[in-house]
Amino acid sequence: MKFLLVEDNYELAQAVSSRLHIDGHVVDHADKIEDAKTFSDTSEYDLILLDIMLPDGDGRSFLEHHRQRKRDTPVIVLTARSQVSDRISLLDLGADDYVTKPFDHAELQARCRAVLRRNQGSSQPKILFGDVSYDPVAAQMCVRETPVKLRNRELRLFELLINAPNQIFSKQKLCDRLFSYDEDVSENAIEVYIGRIRKHLDPSSVTISTHRGLGYRLELK
Amino acid sequence: MSQTRSHKTADQVVIAGSLRNTLMISLVGIALVLATLLYIVVRSYAAQIAQSTQDRILSASVTSILDAAAIRNGQVNVELPYASFSILSTQADDRLVYAVHQDGVFLTGYDTLAFRPQQPGDMQFYNSEFDSSEIRVAVATRRLVGTNQTALISVSIGQTRESLDGVLREISQNAALLGFGFFVLMTALSLWLTTRAIAPMTALAQSVQRRGPADLRLVQSPVPAEMAPLVGSLNVFMQRLEQSLNKSEEFIAEAAHRVRTPLAIVRTHAETTLQRVDRAENRQSMRTMIRAIDESSRAAGQLLDHAMITFRADHLEKQPLDLSELVQELVRSMIPVADMKDIALSVTTPDELVFDGDAILLRNAMRNLIDNAMKYAPMETEVEIHLTADPVAFAVLDRGPGFPSEEIETLAARFARGSNSSGMIGSGLGLTIAEDVAIAHGGRLDLRNRKEGGACATLQF
Amino acid sequence: MRNLAVLTLWLLASLCSPLLASEEKSLRWEDRRVFSNGTPTQRLTILSSTDAGYLAPLISEFVAQQEDFEIEYLVAGTAHIYDMVRSAPEVFDIVISSAMDLQIKLVNDGFAAPLEDINAPDWSVWRERLFGFTAEPASIVINKAALAHLPHLETRQDLISLLRAHPDLFRGKIATYDIRRSGLGYLFASQDARTSETYWRLTEVMGSLGTRLYCCSGAMIKEIVDGDILVAYNVLGSYATAQSAKHPQLEVIVPSDFAITMMRTVFVSKASAEPKAAGQFTSYMLDHFASQQGEGELELPSLLAAGNAEDRNIVPLEPSLMINLDRLKRRAFTEEWESAIIQ
Repeated sequence: MKFLLVEDNYELAQAVSSRLHIDGHVVDHADKIEDAKTFSDTSEYDLILLDIMLPDGDGRSFLEHHRQRKRDTPVIVLTARSQVSDRISLLDLGADDYVTKPFDHAELQARCRAVLRRNQGSSQPKILFGDVSYDPVAAQMCVRETPVKLRNRELRLFELLINAPNQIFSKQKLCDRLFSYDEDVSENAIEVYIGRIRKHLDPSSVTISTHRGLGYRLELK
Repeated sequence: MSQTRSHKTADQVVIAGSLRNTLMISLVGIALVLATLLYIVVRSYAAQIAQSTQDRILSASVTSILDAAAIRNGQVNVELPYASFSILSTQADDRLVYAVHQDGVFLTGYDTLAFRPQQPGDMQFYNSEFDSSEIRVAVATRRLVGTNQTALISVSIGQTRESLDGVLREISQNAALLGFGFFVLMTALSLWLTTRAIAPMTALAQSVQRRGPADLRLVQSPVPAEMAPLVGSLNVFMQRLEQSLNKSEEFIAEAAHRVRTPLAIVRTHAETTLQRVDRAENRQSMRTMIRAIDESSRAAGQLLDHAMITFRADHLEKQPLDLSELVQELVRSMIPVADMKDIALSVTTPDELVFDGDAILLRNAMRNLIDNAMKYAPMETEVEIHLTADPVAFAVLDRGPGFPSEEIETLAARFARGSNSSGMIGSGLGLTIAEDVAIAHGGRLDLRNRKEGGACATLQF
Repeated sequence: MRNLAVLTLWLLASLCSPLLASEEKSLRWEDRRVFSNGTPTQRLTILSSTDAGYLAPLISEFVAQQEDFEIEYLVAGTAHIYDMVRSAPEVFDIVISSAMDLQIKLVNDGFAAPLEDINAPDWSVWRERLFGFTAEPASIVINKAALAHLPHLETRQDLISLLRAHPDLFRGKIATYDIRRSGLGYLFASQDARTSETYWRLTEVMGSLGTRLYCCSGAMIKEIVDGDILVAYNVLGSYATAQSAKHPQLEVIVPSDFAITMMRTVFVSKASAEPKAAGQFTSYMLDHFASQQGEGELELPSLLAAGNAEDRNIVPLEPSLMINLDRLKRRAFTEEWESAIIQ
């Protein structure tokens, strides 16, 4: 996916960009409103992450500009202000959602997905592996064209695996990606999720193999 | 809590006397004194005049008798002129007594009237008694000179004071009426004066009272000179208050910004780093770090939220709003987070529920309760959110461990954290904020455990 | 002095026995009558200078209505009345007298009790205690039959002219009050003298004709009826009028130059043992005279019968009347009168 990150704090922008890169996203960074306007006018983005306090003005003026141009790219506001004081006007001005700094990356991703799902405007292609497909926007897994109903965490686990098939993920890493850091989850939970997904994959040409001591891998049977 | 109490009692002013009453009592008191004084002066002046009138008539009578006295043929002749008594006729038919003495020896009249030696020429008046009635007596002496003798003739005439008393009674009544009329007039005048004097103050008080808590405009309407310092101070105070209120809001926002942005940088870096390192102990320390950041950012956020909420609750501006819509929207925004944990949020609300309140405060309180429930709810369970209209209540029910029963009372107190919250990030301020908001809206926060397990937190309005 | 001795005797007697007292009293009174009806429990004593006949119907009427009361009516001369009230005020409940000056003095000196709710004209009341109830002019009474040939008398001047013109006819046949014995006579004389100098001239003329002096109007009228007296000056007209029905030879002339009109007055003694009953009777009597219409036999002329006080020259009820009673004044006046009347 292609993100436009409008953030005047260079270090935070770097950190967010590199975190998004890990997930395989492309990020353009603008550090002031003028640049942001230029970027959004010239390129197509799947999502815009907008800081609200910028050196050359309030992020709200960008929002106004953006909506005047009939752009329907969803905007998620990154705010450092109190939720109490800013929330209403941001939503009124046309932001789709907001995240308060500092944010959990998993939450940011969840909100991005939710916003994209609402807007149906993503150009993201389905991921195919064997006879299994995954639609990251709709969060839908299909086995032989048949939709499979998975729980949210199972989906996210499967998304991790199908994004990098044939690659081994350690239990530890999966844990970190699936659970927020304030949850005490044993790695056994991963085993439970893997077990469930495997069941669904039974009729397909795809399976999850266990590599003792290393982790799990999605591969063709 | 103490701030909440002080908010409640702020309009209960310690009262020491009333300007209006003091003014009124003083004026009426003065009127009373003046009226009494008027009465006394008029009465005593009238009494003097009446007395002197009687004295003049008595003295005329005495003089006429003395003038008629003469020594004829070597004999003292005192023939009382008819007029000497007839001028003493009064309205009240006063009684009279008289005595004529020659050289101190009783000659004629009433011998009960005592002789008073005195020099010729003087007219003397004194009060005495006759047949148990009070009388006024005039007495004068004249020296009669004959061919080879002289005689001192003293004439005393006394008259009862019934007519005089009648006149005095009448004058007293009139004076009392005059005094009373004066008093009534003065009292009415005082009332009018007091009301008029107090009017600008009452008007000012009312106009300030009518204002909303956020209306900090300066008082512009003209006031009397005496009130200028007060109104001036009030204006300056309002200006300062407005400035400091604005500053407070700005300060809180700025503080949040200053704290949160660096925390965001650190957290994002830590998360990114965590994705890149493989050694177990490194990962563990990164996790610890992220957890600490989350805790501190959440604590900072709630502290600032609490400050903002306290501030807003002190200047609560209620507006009619649709609670149903507010709850629906709130829940919608929280679904992505709930999804992450595989927690279902189920919400029931009336179609519309109009309620007077501060939307930001209410949203924050509700959000804290939902946050709390999601934190303790086990995976793949449901958190129920119910909004009811009669009575207006917002309840959040979860299937978590519930509140520790022995701590349920003190849970809402600031910074108190449930003993079973170990491992959960949170400052404990969430419930305090919710309770403060409930109290500011005239309600309360109820905490209880569900029979089937789990906690139930309710905002009752 | 004689009066005082009699009074002392009477006082002693009255203290010893009521029976004896009444006997003693009857000796000294010109008249004594007791009015009662049924079985009286209370007694009112009226001391009066008015002949019993004039008030008898009124008193009988009263006791007929108030059966509890018995009324003792004593008649005496005005000077006697004055002395007796002064020395024994508790014996009498009601005092009636034609001597206004004496009555005024008694009231002034505190012998009268106030009466409330008496409806009477202001000039007929003094101190709410002394009430005038008749208006009676001093008159000239003549024997019409004996003087028929002479010009008709209208004024004092006419009388003077008549006496001077016919000294032999009138010598020894003129009567007037002895002011030394009669309080009323003194009152009339002093008021006469105050009003006009004519009085002294008349007195001197009368003195030169050997005028006979009387204590009472009744006695003078009787002498005229008998023909012993031809002219009586300053007689109470009311008595003469009352007699004239029986004796047509009497003529009552109210002098047209001026008439001295006196009021009979009444007061309730402050020392009365029955103040309430005394007040009741007085009120009853005043009402009677106030409502009296016309003048029948043995009727006293009503206070209100003929116009107001000023028109009729009524002697005012005022303390100035006390002047007449002043020892020195009286002595001087009496001396002057004696020197005029006794020649």
